[in-house]
Amino acid sequence: MTTIKNILVSTLAFAATTVGFAQTVSLQGAGATFPYPLYSKWMAEYQKIDPKVQINYQSIGSGGGIKQILERTVDFGATDAEMTPQERAKANATLHHIPMALGAVVVTYNVPGLATGLKLSQDTLAGIFLGKIATWNDAKLAALNPGVKLPNTPITVAERTDGSGTTAVFTEYLAKISPEWKSSVGAGKSVKWPIGLGGKGNEGVTGLVKSTPGAVGYVELAYAKQNQMAMATLRNQFGAFVVPSLEGVTASAAGQKLPDDLGLSIVDAPNPKAYPISSFTYILVYQEQQDATKGKALADFLWWAIHDGQKLGAALDYAPLPKETVPDIEARLKTLTAGGKPLITKK
Amino acid sequence: MDGYLRRKTFDILARWGSLAMVLVALVPLIAVLGYLVMKGAGGLSWAFFTQLPKPVGEVGGGMANALTGSAILVGLACLIGLPVGILGGIYLAEFGDNAFGKVVRFCADVMSGVPSIAVGIFVYGLVVLSMRRFSALAGAIALAILMQPIVMRTTEELLRLVPMTLREAGLALGLPKWRVILGVVLRTGASGIATGIMLAIARVAGETAPLLFTAFGSRFISLKLDQPMGSLPVQIYTYAVSPYEDWHRQAWAAALVLVGLVLALNLLARVLTRQPGQGR
Amino acid sequence: MNLSRNPDATPAEASASRGGGNLGDQLFRILTAVFAGLTVLVLAAMALQMLRTSAASLKAFGWGFLTSRDWDPVLDAYGALPYIFGTLASSLIALAIALPVALGTAIYLAELAPLWVRRPLGILVELLAAIPSVIYGLWGIFVMSPWLRETIQPFFQKTLGWTPFFSGVPRGFGMMAGCLVLAIMILPTIASVSRDVLLAVPNTIREGALALGATRWEMVRKAVLPCAKSGILGAVILGLGRALGETMAVTMVIGNRADISWSMFGPGHSLASVIANEYAEASGDLHLSALTELGLILFGVTLLLNIVARILIWRVSRGPAGARN
Repeated sequence: MTTIKNILVSTLAFAATTVGFAQTVSLQGAGATFPYPLYSKWMAEYQKIDPKVQINYQSIGSGGGIKQILERTVDFGATDAEMTPQERAKANATLHHIPMALGAVVVTYNVPGLATGLKLSQDTLAGIFLGKIATWNDAKLAALNPGVKLPNTPITVAERTDGSGTTAVFTEYLAKISPEWKSSVGAGKSVKWPIGLGGKGNEGVTGLVKSTPGAVGYVELAYAKQNQMAMATLRNQFGAFVVPSLEGVTASAAGQKLPDDLGLSIVDAPNPKAYPISSFTYILVYQEQQDATKGKALADFLWWAIHDGQKLGAALDYAPLPKETVPDIEARLKTLTAGGKPLITKK
Repeated sequence: MDGYLRRKTFDILARWGSLAMVLVALVPLIAVLGYLVMKGAGGLSWAFFTQLPKPVGEVGGGMANALTGSAILVGLACLIGLPVGILGGIYLAEFGDNAFGKVVRFCADVMSGVPSIAVGIFVYGLVVLSMRRFSALAGAIALAILMQPIVMRTTEELLRLVPMTLREAGLALGLPKWRVILGVVLRTGASGIATGIMLAIARVAGETAPLLFTAFGSRFISLKLDQPMGSLPVQIYTYAVSPYEDWHRQAWAAALVLVGLVLALNLLARVLTRQPGQGR
Repeated sequence: MNLSRNPDATPAEASASRGGGNLGDQLFRILTAVFAGLTVLVLAAMALQMLRTSAASLKAFGWGFLTSRDWDPVLDAYGALPYIFGTLASSLIALAIALPVALGTAIYLAELAPLWVRRPLGILVELLAAIPSVIYGLWGIFVMSPWLRETIQPFFQKTLGWTPFFSGVPRGFGMMAGCLVLAIMILPTIASVSRDVLLAVPNTIREGALALGATRWEMVRKAVLPCAKSGILGAVILGLGRALGETMAVTMVIGNRADISWSMFGPGHSLASVIANEYAEASGDLHLSALTELGLILFGVTLLLNIVARILIWRVSRGPAGARN
């Protein structure tokens, strides 16, 4: 009898605490690991600006972000790859892509004795990930990097196991530059990799490369930079070798106009200074928000992110949104409503 | 005497051989515990226990979110799973020598062998999709499902050990059967049931897979049961596969805390079963 | 504990033989029965829900699902073979590694060890089972895999590199790491259940063998083990069941690539680890259904193994609650 009474009392107490903490607005987001360093910085800074808003973001990959926002188990999703037509068809309400920032997919490697800045051409890049080039001192790599001492270490490729926007961007580029890649593997968030080890998230791939001598993988620039890892210098379509950097990413987006759905691929951009594997990253949010308080908090956060938040990107090597695109994005944010009423009333 | 010598040799070889196997079996235990202490002790600090995680890539911060999250998840799982387990165990011990009891026992044994990720998938479909959110409640339900068979079977075993004479004495005094069970039998078997609870808690405190898509994860301390919640095992996993040295350091420290807790519970439970169910 | 169970009147039999009883008793009995029945309900609900969610995949691929190597979310073509291979290979090899050690440990603990050492050693072995999977994964990533990559795998490559089993590049992560970590994890399960089975063998059998002049080891090998054979098989199957379902430790070290290859150095993938990696993001209905079908396969196989194991162990222990002769 006493056990049953104790249980009842504890349950009521728990219920009470749930109600009691109603003042904080908790927003749940999930998705891309590509912008996670930037988003986690944003969310920490935003909490200083508006302490009532707690934004919990889980980096589970772009595929996860898309799925969970479609299931409405989170308040916003995040992805680097735009939703496919099949995915868009599954949304039962208007779902917007809101560009947040730009980043670069870098080819990072961990080869003892090899410094950063290894030059890779389109062919050698595809060759490595196809498994055709199997050791670091392959003749093709030596030809591109005269004077660099290449060790006789076997190459271990690291790739994503989860549905990843970073993979989508990277394979989109490989499909563009290598007909063999296009026909045998293709592009997308999940592809059938010819060789390699799998890691979960950008974190997992970076971790794999960092802990395996001879490994090479594709990760977002911030991950490679934060872990002081070597990055390859890639050749763009103009023949220029471009070091992955904020400038190279900004050049990729320069002069390009956002289409109606605000989703734009800037891979292999037609700019001589462009770093060839750059990408926008998006937050997915429903136009009609079901909870007015949470919707307002989310809309305000997104508004802050595309304005003041952009300054925080530079320290992490995420390029800011091109100034020409901001008015379009603002207009899209202003269409967010809750119960029919617009959530952003700024001019 | 050749044959005898040969047999004696085999005997000695077998004794030493099996002792060697025991030592081989203990090597991983020592290796794991040793590394945990070596690499984890350095990460334990006041900050580790009280601070929230910092943004990705920044050094510092702690795992207060995961520690409180695990405590809440396991606590809630106990709230859900223990009554079901104990009452179910009472049924099996007191009323359950029939076909229904056999079916229940069979199901309990089977459930304890089911991969925990299957339970995670089940609770995702049942709770997360219906509530339209990841939540601590979903995570706790998954853990409760995993915990319940252990508690139920342990309760049954313990209650069966309580002598019939105690029950008969209670009935002879005019108590209704249910009072006999709750007031006399349960009290007598209490320490044994307590060990079962400890073992169940030790088991679910370390579960990761079912929480991946139920409680999800959170970087905040929260008491809201309808929101995602962080947990120690999930955060250890996330940090372990990442490239950040600071996260590795924290993962080792968290692992030390988790294993310390689990092993302490296990040892306590085993020490308590030295004197099973003595009368009060 | 001073009183053993009175075989003539278990509490359940006693209550069954009583008459209707008063209302409180009836209600209590129903209450506890409901809670006990929840176990059955949950198990049935799990099975049903998995069947329902994987229906689309079952219909689309049929039996071919088990033999197809294709896992392509882009083309919506799914086949379980690489994952079944990875799960089976890693579990069976782990079993092969763990079995001699576990059996030796069980025999030592049950038959050959000095009495004062049996309990503490037994507790130590069981502590191995208590360590959570994710901790083994953590240790596997930072301690075991580098050790494999730097010491063990090069050794195998030098000596047995000409065989297909040790061909390829030593990478640390891969099948070998997965098998080793699984072996460590199922070792305590097999050892402690085997030890219990051995202890359940009646002493008369031991005494008879010793009376005939057998050495200790001969007694074990020729008298005790044959008697405990089916129980030990049950313990082995339980261990196998545990290995099949292990998720975290495996996914952290096995390389996570759906590959079917002879080499122990190469990466692998298991049913449980692919579900853990892809479930949260499978937005395509067929993708989700295929993943759930993988879960169903896992669930069904572990269910079957558990049933077989329990029957085998029960036969040696002579009774569901483990009564001693």
